[in-house]
Amino acid sequence: MLQRLITSREALLLGAIAVLLALIATRFPGYVAPSNLADVFNDTSPLILLAIGQMIVILTKCIDLSVAANLALTGMVVSMINVALPGLPVAVILVVAVTLGAVMGMFNGILVWKLDIPPIVVTLGTMTIFRGIIFLISDGKWVNSHEMSPSFKAFPRAEFLGLPMLSWTAILAVILFTVVMSRTTLGRAAYAVGGNPHAATYTGIDVGRTQFWAFTISGALAGLTGYLWVSRYAVAYVDIAGGFELDVVAACVIGGISIAGGIGSVGGALLGALFLGVIKNALPVINVSPFWQLAISGGAIIIAVAVNARASQTKGRIILKSAEHAT
Amino acid sequence: MLMQAETDTRADAAQDPVLALDGITKTFPGVKALDRVSLRLFPGQVTALIGENGAGKSTVVKTLTGIYQPDGGDILVDGTATRFPTAQDAADAGITAIHQETVLFDELSVAENIFLGHAPRGRFGLIDWATMEAKAVEILRGIGAEIDPAHKLRDLGIANKHLVAIARALSIDARVVIMDEPTAALSHKEIHELYELVEKLKAQGKAILFISHKFDEIFRIADRYTVFRDGQYIGDGKIADVTEADLVKMMVGRDVSQIFPTRDATPGDEVLRVEGMSHPTEFADIGFTLKRGEILGFYGLVGAGRSEFMQALFGITAPSAGTVTIDGAVESIRSPADAVDAGIVYVPEDRGKQGAITALPIFQNVTLPSLGRTSKKSFIRLAEEFRLAREYTERLDLRAASLDTDVGNLSGGNQQKVVIAKWLATQPKVIILDEPTKGIDIGSKAAVHEFMAELAAAGLAVIMVSSEIPEVLGMSDRVIVMREGRMVAELAGGELTPETLVRHAAGI
Amino acid sequence: MTETTRFIPDRLQSPLQKRLKSWESLLLLVAISIFVANSFASPYFLNAWNLSDATFNFTEKAMIAFAMALLIISGEIDLSVASIIALASTAMGAAVQMGVGTPVLILVGLGTGVLCGAFNGVLVTRLGLPSIVVTIGTMSLFRGISYIVLGDQAFRGYPADFAFFGQGYVFWVITFELVLFAVIAVIYGVILHMTNFGRTVYAIGNNPTGALFSGIRVARVKFVLFLLTGLMSGVAAICLTSRLGSTRPSIATGWELEVVTMVVLGGVNILGGSGSIPGVVIAAFVMGMVTFGLGLLNVPGIVMSIVIGALLIGVIALPRLWKMWQAR
Repeated sequence: MLQRLITSREALLLGAIAVLLALIATRFPGYVAPSNLADVFNDTSPLILLAIGQMIVILTKCIDLSVAANLALTGMVVSMINVALPGLPVAVILVVAVTLGAVMGMFNGILVWKLDIPPIVVTLGTMTIFRGIIFLISDGKWVNSHEMSPSFKAFPRAEFLGLPMLSWTAILAVILFTVVMSRTTLGRAAYAVGGNPHAATYTGIDVGRTQFWAFTISGALAGLTGYLWVSRYAVAYVDIAGGFELDVVAACVIGGISIAGGIGSVGGALLGALFLGVIKNALPVINVSPFWQLAISGGAIIIAVAVNARASQTKGRIILKSAEHAT
Repeated sequence: MLMQAETDTRADAAQDPVLALDGITKTFPGVKALDRVSLRLFPGQVTALIGENGAGKSTVVKTLTGIYQPDGGDILVDGTATRFPTAQDAADAGITAIHQETVLFDELSVAENIFLGHAPRGRFGLIDWATMEAKAVEILRGIGAEIDPAHKLRDLGIANKHLVAIARALSIDARVVIMDEPTAALSHKEIHELYELVEKLKAQGKAILFISHKFDEIFRIADRYTVFRDGQYIGDGKIADVTEADLVKMMVGRDVSQIFPTRDATPGDEVLRVEGMSHPTEFADIGFTLKRGEILGFYGLVGAGRSEFMQALFGITAPSAGTVTIDGAVESIRSPADAVDAGIVYVPEDRGKQGAITALPIFQNVTLPSLGRTSKKSFIRLAEEFRLAREYTERLDLRAASLDTDVGNLSGGNQQKVVIAKWLATQPKVIILDEPTKGIDIGSKAAVHEFMAELAAAGLAVIMVSSEIPEVLGMSDRVIVMREGRMVAELAGGELTPETLVRHAAGI
Repeated sequence: MTETTRFIPDRLQSPLQKRLKSWESLLLLVAISIFVANSFASPYFLNAWNLSDATFNFTEKAMIAFAMALLIISGEIDLSVASIIALASTAMGAAVQMGVGTPVLILVGLGTGVLCGAFNGVLVTRLGLPSIVVTIGTMSLFRGISYIVLGDQAFRGYPADFAFFGQGYVFWVITFELVLFAVIAVIYGVILHMTNFGRTVYAIGNNPTGALFSGIRVARVKFVLFLLTGLMSGVAAICLTSRLGSTRPSIATGWELEVVTMVVLGGVNILGGSGSIPGVVIAAFVMGMVTFGLGLLNVPGIVMSIVIGALLIGVIALPRLWKMWQAR
């Protein structure tokens, strides 16, 4: 069972993060203090949430480039709802955010499932369409902090057992989706579809429908994160989370999720996101100009892909008896 | 339709088929795969489905398992007409199949592969891994497979992967078990265990559909037979009532003694020498020589490593050791382009994916390795291309609507001709043919054999990988037998008998 | 067995017939409709100078799109092209600070582009890494290097004659960029449709295994294609920098997606194997006209991208919806 939770690839990644933290700690011991690490986790929570959704999509041999635009649009919509109806409880806002995000995900999913349009094309299109809609509904105007109700803004910061709700949302998502991916039909179907779509049909799995649900989940998580983002930063405008979709894909790639589908785990997505999160968070601390951030992320992605490719290289069919189980 | 019903004895007629096809038709664009066929499967009995490649056997299997929907006719379960709209519906009706191609998942564990789609559930309807693994151990032990269910499927060798496919079929408590060429990749011991398993299943009252082209197997374990030819039902009945010759006649429609072309066996000088070729996981220490005008056969079980070795010789994969000498010069072959330059060409077993580019037209496929010669300073000259394509496709008597037709629209036999034409146009020294007549009807098979003989007579050196004993014995001057990645015998002359081939290939 | 050999004709359908039924024809109709619609929508549309200015909307992106089309036909993709523009521009800006003249600037721009392309190429063809994630990585890496060099500053001070590439006119309203675009279109059209190399690109895109088994040096061809997208990004960088007269690390942000949109709109299958240069040319004009026309109507850029996004999905979805409707 443990073998299922932690693969050697993820152990390696965990080790890499530990080394990273150790390096930073040599100069800034305060960095690895629990309260600071909790802050880093909190800052990385949006990335974790989106990475989990993206992981499921990539598992099914698809990609979702519209997640950031989805996040931004949902964030704007719930902000505007909050401005219009400040009395609306946060619970309702959460439901609205998840639903709206899911609906956008379903739009992507239907185009892929029923019209067989390649996911990269669909999400390239919806990416710009969603962003454009933000402008249309908001007329280019921002929703500022003072326009948002206190309860709206307070939720992500509200503490429970010492951790803010934003972190808890990420933690709950990790737990929930670990169970979903390893113990439900949909979760295992995602692995089957990505591993061998042809064979999946033979076992009665509908490839298109599985991909549809993957996009729906990714959209729902993006919607949820949309609310958390605008409420935490207390602002909503057209360009929020611009380019974030690439960080999300990067987190997945670093986390060992194969772009070819069929390989990956929630743990990997979590660790990949944390790896990126630690780097981003640590740069100002170790006095590296933020202008280095982009190049470092890029370098990290390339190294991660190269390492993952090495690790899973098929050595050829196993025919010689001496070679079977030689690994 | 059910022609033999009248001649069944009263005892048989009392037993109703658990699963039957009645007048089933299935059409694909341009091809009628099944034309009003019938099939009856009785509980506790093994029915052999016999027919050539292209007779419709695989289509029947896919219809019975809900992968294909019939265009007409009835599927009868216990006498009631039903349909299987999805694969799951067929499984729910108690039908399970071991397909010819392994439809399994490399990245998932053995246990999960066995139980995918019907995993045991625990609390809250969530998958119960512990029970799954325990049950997997049980089933695997039951078929004599020593495989750790926690291993990923990709860590297993071919024979073991096939055993997992069998285990999967048995994990459903089925009433009908379909086995499509189940012994192709198995060793002698494993085949014996499979026969015992079949007997066990019979005793449990299951109906078994057994597809095989090995007559010794059929006569060993089948109770009944059904013959298809060109998508049509030809006849059925009890195995005890027929002989092999009867069955062959029904399969082919005429008396057939497979005649192979007579050849003038005076080989020329040595053209190819291979020494010590090895690969980390696929084969070890392969070495032989080949003369112009010779046909060298490579025999072995499926998964013995023959194709893998040929692909290394052709530069697709990199061997870890070995030298290749052509006409006395050592050649460094690191890519197919190198191999072609050195004069070695390869006609692969997988025509659609490796042999030709099915989305492109015939003439483009034929000229692809020869563009340097048809073009002028890298600029395409269509007239030259058509001329070259015409020359070689006419030589092979290709049947197609036009040279601009996409290769994907051709029959298997004609696709094979396109691939061979492509290579002949490069004027090679050595031509490797991997299962050249697999999946081709018997008329075209003879044409391919004729042609191979012509190639050898013209001075080419021919290597033929084949799993069909008559073909290997009929065409080869010498035969090398491979088993589990190694050369175990090099046979010629009087040693070339079916018994010696099988003995070496299976390791008895 | 001895029959007279049958005669197989070369083709059943003339190439012209094939062309008329194709994607390019559909797209041409779309282009003409947009042109007509635009001329009715705004009185400023049919003005020669305005139309000339409009070409800047697409000429630079189209130059890259031609190389990108070949790459996508072969089954790969390069999402780092906009970042290569940024890096090439930064390199040129740095060179300007060192006081070099225009000819050297050209070399620097093109050279940076080719080097970036080679980097992508090695990662994909030598290490066998999937191009989509490699170029997502290099997308950040290349632009990241520009940020490291420039921060939030800008390079200025390009020599006067450098401005010709982006701002010069060759004849009346015809800009240098438009002429360059036409020349490049012809070159790539010839490469793809009339040379052996082009034939191998199609073969690889349709069946990389089959192409390899037919003796094509697949890795080498793909490497060259990455060099070409890098080179074209360098060319675009020269034009863009010359047009703007300055360099910031943020230039050409989002261009990679517009280039891919132009390629897919032009009828190239994103999964590889089919597509043509004339299609990309028409798509370039379509996108240019849409952005220009909407601009004349004072539609904000971000709303324009809704139209482009919808166009991208719609152009692919409509034929499929049509087929589904017909199959009813």
